[in-house]
Amino acid sequence: MTKHLLTIKDLDSWYGQMQVLHEVKMHIDKGEIVSIIGPNGAGKSTILKNIFGLIEKRKGKIFFDGKNIIKSKPENLTKLGITYVPQGRSVFPNLTVQENLEMGGFIRKDDLSEDIESVYKKFPGLKERKDQKAGLLSGGEQQMVAIGRALMLKPKLLLLDEPSLGLSPQMKALIFEKLIEVNKDGVAMVIVEQNAKMSLNISDRAYVLELGKNKMHGKGKDMLRNKDVAKLYLGGG
Amino acid sequence: MGIAAQLIINGIIAGGIYALVALGYTMVYGILRFINFAHGEVFMLGAYLGWVFNILLGVNVIVAGVLAMLGCAVAGFVIDKIAYKPLRGRGMLPPLITAIGISLFLQALAILIFGAQIRTFRTGEVVRGITIPFIDAIITKIQIVIIIVSVALMVALHFYIKYTKTGKAMRAVADNYEVASIVGINPNKVISYVFIIGSALAAAGGILVGMEQNLTPTMGVSIGIKSFTAAVVGGIGNIYGAVLGGFMIGLIENIGIWFIPSGYKDAIAFAVLLFFLLFKPTGIFGVKKGEEVSV
Ligand SMILES: Nc1ncnc2c1ncn2[C@@H]1O[C@H](COP(=O)(O)OP(=O)(O)OP(=O)(O)O)[C@@H](O)[C@H]1O
Ligand SMILES: [Mg+2]
Repeated sequence: MTKHLLTIKDLDSWYGQMQVLHEVKMHIDKGEIVSIIGPNGAGKSTILKNIFGLIEKRKGKIFFDGKNIIKSKPENLTKLGITYVPQGRSVFPNLTVQENLEMGGFIRKDDLSEDIESVYKKFPGLKERKDQKAGLLSGGEQQMVAIGRALMLKPKLLLLDEPSLGLSPQMKALIFEKLIEVNKDGVAMVIVEQNAKMSLNISDRAYVLELGKNKMHGKGKDMLRNKDVAKLYLGGG
Repeated sequence: MGIAAQLIINGIIAGGIYALVALGYTMVYGILRFINFAHGEVFMLGAYLGWVFNILLGVNVIVAGVLAMLGCAVAGFVIDKIAYKPLRGRGMLPPLITAIGISLFLQALAILIFGAQIRTFRTGEVVRGITIPFIDAIITKIQIVIIIVSVALMVALHFYIKYTKTGKAMRAVADNYEVASIVGINPNKVISYVFIIGSALAAAGGILVGMEQNLTPTMGVSIGIKSFTAAVVGGIGNIYGAVLGGFMIGLIENIGIWFIPSGYKDAIAFAVLLFFLLFKPTGIFGVKKGEEVSV
């Protein structure tokens, strides 16, 4: 059990009366990139919300670093080393880029300047705009702010919900390049993507989810070659 | 020159007070999308606490002012915790009705404790004004204090909101409540700070007014409505808008009595409120619809 960084065991999850996850199982190892793919409404985002302690009504076990975190709140999970970039534009629009990054380190008591600089090093475009309101940046730049903000706590596990949603193809490629860089620093990642090609390409492993249930599981590259996966989830682009 | 200058000076003095009180409305609204109708009564409470410390207990007036601000900070904190916090996420109406209830409760409490009769800080000596050279307007020492203290508090708030960690967290929670929780900010803690600061500022306004005018248990009502108007005019949710709105209302109502009988002075703010609600509900600096955060 403790050999994985994160283990999800038989997770059931509800919104009100509606059960959206059924006995979901998965694990993520240290330093791995894992994709969760599947159609709209499959429950992909709900899995990330569960890992991050944002879902009230649920059953099952989630272990992080060997500790059951099913009762933990987001604030404590950030302290344990999990950070989360939610779906959609998730910056603080009226805060400057720099302030957004500072908020990423909100729970830290020490000096943030060194880590802010290292985010700027990773995303050089952001440094030039550090005093601009984040809401005025392009979609891609905002996503970089959100990712940079999630790196401020030097997480062991980064949860990314559709990081390339609504971005131009070049911007998508750039974001995935950056994610590979971040991963090289030892950050494990769970990436949820509908448009799965790019994400499978950089993933060690992937889970296919359908109607809230595990459907398939395998190596990222194998999934890309898998006929069923290709037909169902890679077809349109 | 004389009368016009005098009306402008009077407008600035009144505006400083409206701005101080408007800040509390706007800060709470910025995060909770909720109009704290009890805020005017916190202003009134501040004035009475100042009176208790200064007149009843004989504490130096500056210390009394600080103590009254602390007292109202505690009151604001407690009101939020016991009355508003349990209702969060239950829609717009329940907290609004609760706020009106708190406001009536505080008025009744003030009548009970202090009596309906008028109390005053004033010692009875005639306050002589100073004539300001060149513009030929008269201002009293107390009025100078009102302008200096209110502006100083606004500047202090600006630095607090812009540069401190808690100030930034306040803006973050107002901007995106959910993401703020995701980065580990506790919104409820931030909201407590907002009530504490807003209430202390209202108390300062109450004491400043109390040094010039008589205290009554209903003194918060008209100031409350005018300051709320100021917050709407500036763009509710925006602290700089509240300051601008405060001075605008002060100036408009004082300059207005140049044109209409002074008996209608209080009606001017209502007219302005109505005008903005009808034609520009987002105010001067306000957020557009759709950019609002829902809580
Ligand atoms: N806050 C909510 N309240 C009620 N139902 C919800 C809520 N969020 C999601 N659902 C429902 O739960 C199911 C799973 O949603 P989820 O967002 O996890 O899917 P997803 O796989 O991320 O989909 P997408 O690709 O569209 O983002 C859907 O049927 C959705 O309608
Ligand atoms: Mg989703």
